[in-house]
Amino acid sequence: MIDLGLIAEIAISALIVLGAVFAVVGSWGLVRLPTLMERLHGPTKATTLGLGGMLVGSVLFFQFDQGVWSAHELLISLFLFITAPISANMIAKVHLHGLRARKAETRSGPAGEPPAPPGDSEWATYEAPHRNTPVSTSEQ
Amino acid sequence: MIGYAIIFGFACLTVALGLNLWRLLKGPEVGDRILALDTMVINAIAVIVLIGVATANDTYFEAALLLAMVGFVGTVAYCKFLLRGDIIE
Repeated sequence: MIDLGLIAEIAISALIVLGAVFAVVGSWGLVRLPTLMERLHGPTKATTLGLGGMLVGSVLFFQFDQGVWSAHELLISLFLFITAPISANMIAKVHLHGLRARKAETRSGPAGEPPAPPGDSEWATYEAPHRNTPVSTSEQ
Repeated sequence: MIGYAIIFGFACLTVALGLNLWRLLKGPEVGDRILALDTMVINAIAVIVLIGVATANDTYFEAALLLAMVGFVGTVAYCKFLLRGDIIE
């Protein structure tokens, strides 16, 4: 008969160590990568794998070590998985508006600036959402 | 064994928060600062979760959940302000 407690302890420790390592890797990517569009890539690892590993480790800890079932962690990870792409999209939009306004500190990534859409149209993020609102305030 | 893992986790998260702070101060773009703050919130949530495991106390998860919500709202509000000059139009 294998000791379930020892296996659980190994699993919890491994998940916490995995989460911590990915948190450092994500932040190291944030420091090391050269442009903002590439830097967006690093912290996504810290969010999904880093914090996800720690939260699963926490669920296992409270289940096997304390004997209570707690689902708060799953709620946190669900919320983070939903919100992470939205905030990344908003930051990328800020970057695009900075590129368009030719701000000195804004540099495009290795793929260069995005090409113009076909025809007479404009990228959706540059357009005004309602009538009688200014097109973009980042150019002022 | 879990004790050593928790100490290792706190050490790693301290390093991660330091690296985020460096990016927050360095910039150069305002998007970099927003991203650094967002990542700092993620790492702070990880610290709170780890404190909850270290003290075997599940009251801390409400704080982690609230921080996740407030961090997201802060990020989106700042981006929206930069994009439109207004948060709620």
